[in-house]
Amino acid sequence: MIEIQNLTKNYGQIKAVNNISFTVEKGEILGFLGPNGAGKTTTMNIITGYIPSSEGTVKVCGYDILENPKEVKKRIGYLPEQPPVYTDMTVKDYLEFVSELKSVDKKKRRAQISDIMELVKIGDHRNRLIKNLSKGYRQRVGLAQALVGSPEVLILDEPTVGLDPKQIIEIRRLIKALGREHTIILSSHILPEVSAVCERVVIINKGEIAAIDTPENLSKGFGTASKLSVTIAGPKSSVTGYIRGIYGVKYVEPNIEKEKDVVNYIIESDKDIDIRRPLFFAMAKAGYPIIEMKSLNMTLEDIFLQVTTREEEVEH
Amino acid sequence: MLAIWKKEIKSYFYSPMAYVLIGFFLLVSSVLFFVFNLASGYGDIRWIFIHWIFILVLIMFVSILTMRILAEDRKNGTEVLLITSPVSITSMVIGKFLAAFSVFLVMTAITFIYPIITIAYGAPFTVQIIGGYIGFILLGGSFISVGVFASSLTESQVVAVVISFVSMLLMWIMDAVSSSFGGFISKVLNWFSVLARYEDFYRGILDISSIVYYLSFIAVFLFLTVRVIEKRRWSQG
Repeated sequence: MIEIQNLTKNYGQIKAVNNISFTVEKGEILGFLGPNGAGKTTTMNIITGYIPSSEGTVKVCGYDILENPKEVKKRIGYLPEQPPVYTDMTVKDYLEFVSELKSVDKKKRRAQISDIMELVKIGDHRNRLIKNLSKGYRQRVGLAQALVGSPEVLILDEPTVGLDPKQIIEIRRLIKALGREHTIILSSHILPEVSAVCERVVIINKGEIAAIDTPENLSKGFGTASKLSVTIAGPKSSVTGYIRGIYGVKYVEPNIEKEKDVVNYIIESDKDIDIRRPLFFAMAKAGYPIIEMKSLNMTLEDIFLQVTTREEEVEH
Repeated sequence: MLAIWKKEIKSYFYSPMAYVLIGFFLLVSSVLFFVFNLASGYGDIRWIFIHWIFILVLIMFVSILTMRILAEDRKNGTEVLLITSPVSITSMVIGKFLAAFSVFLVMTAITFIYPIITIAYGAPFTVQIIGGYIGFILLGGSFISVGVFASSLTESQVVAVVISFVSMLLMWIMDAVSSSFGGFISKVLNWFSVLARYEDFYRGILDISSIVYYLSFIAVFLFLTVRVIEKRRWSQG
């Protein structure tokens, strides 16, 4: 559906995007993850034809963005970081203008616009001026704009920025639902969002792809250790001693003392050794009851930090 | 193109912008009409259209009319929508130009009232009036193309209005400037002298080459506008 090959964008000496390649399949929701200034927006601007690339090709539905921009633009709905709304227009007028701009069939226009307003829940505000809407509603109007003309591909640059938590959940649900009919690229620096919505994640850092995989595989592949959080009733020093004695434990750290002599520990162990059973038996033998035990999986956040900081360490 | 034209027309007439500008322009030209024609009982209205106050007000009218036309899109980020939609930059620029031009035409149509009044009171209907109006519309179109171009250069409406006002003023006084040079420079500067040809229309000279001149003047400035936007796409982040 979307093929990106060796995409590079230079600004003078700086490479904002450096030799990026990936493909997005039909009906997929791809997450685009990276710190600020990593090149997410630049890449999206190139895919949508807002700015041209310096090198490399972008193909959407088989059409090249530089050779056939019109065909590509017809198939893409784009929500930039700042919703491209005319603040002195009403919501309805604005969406009508966008349908005309995207040359939606005249007969279908009205029905399509009211469907979209229903979908993103701005129907009640259809006759209000956009400048009087809150940030969250403007964002929805921006999303509505991207949906006009039912494009096959949706490109959403930080779609949930500035929304309240309830709206964020709604928009995420909406994006997931849209994913059934549209191919979606979604950028974000909010990690739980990407893992909640996306089927595949591209982590981009300093203009280069740092990792590309499903959120699950990323959490599996990137951990070098597994972490446990355990609360044990017993004197701190002797409990730590017992834990250290277990085979496979790399590191123990008393975390919080919950009550007197009831302490929460963070234990790191080798990735392929499960220390939960030996830990249980060791504590039972020593007579220190385990109050609580849970494994801390590597979150996308940890991976993100690891991927993006690891490169810096190499550099310095 | 049609969508953009319609949207711009709406934003002119849904806001006080068009009314204030047209009202201001008509106020000034009506005062001139009163002084030159009504009060003195003189039937020829051509003097209004080539009076320096009238030209100055026209320049102000056009620079304010066009100041936001591209600058605002850039500032509000709506430029992204226009460029990523399946509409070419050329038709976007033409659509915007035509919208401002239409407001100008509405204003011009209202000034028809002056010749109607004088003719009703017995002044002869002359070809110069028609020729004069053709010249006026062409001059207006040329100024608007300069304004659109100025608006594409910046995202600040204030800067845009200053650029277009100053460049139109320069074009206005180009006659005087060019005669102080000689040879090639004078020829180049003369090309920008939009006013000299304009006055010819009011003398009743309907020269095809002048019409072609104005039309190509508009085309050149709209082309430059498209180039400026294209150029920025290649260099911006």
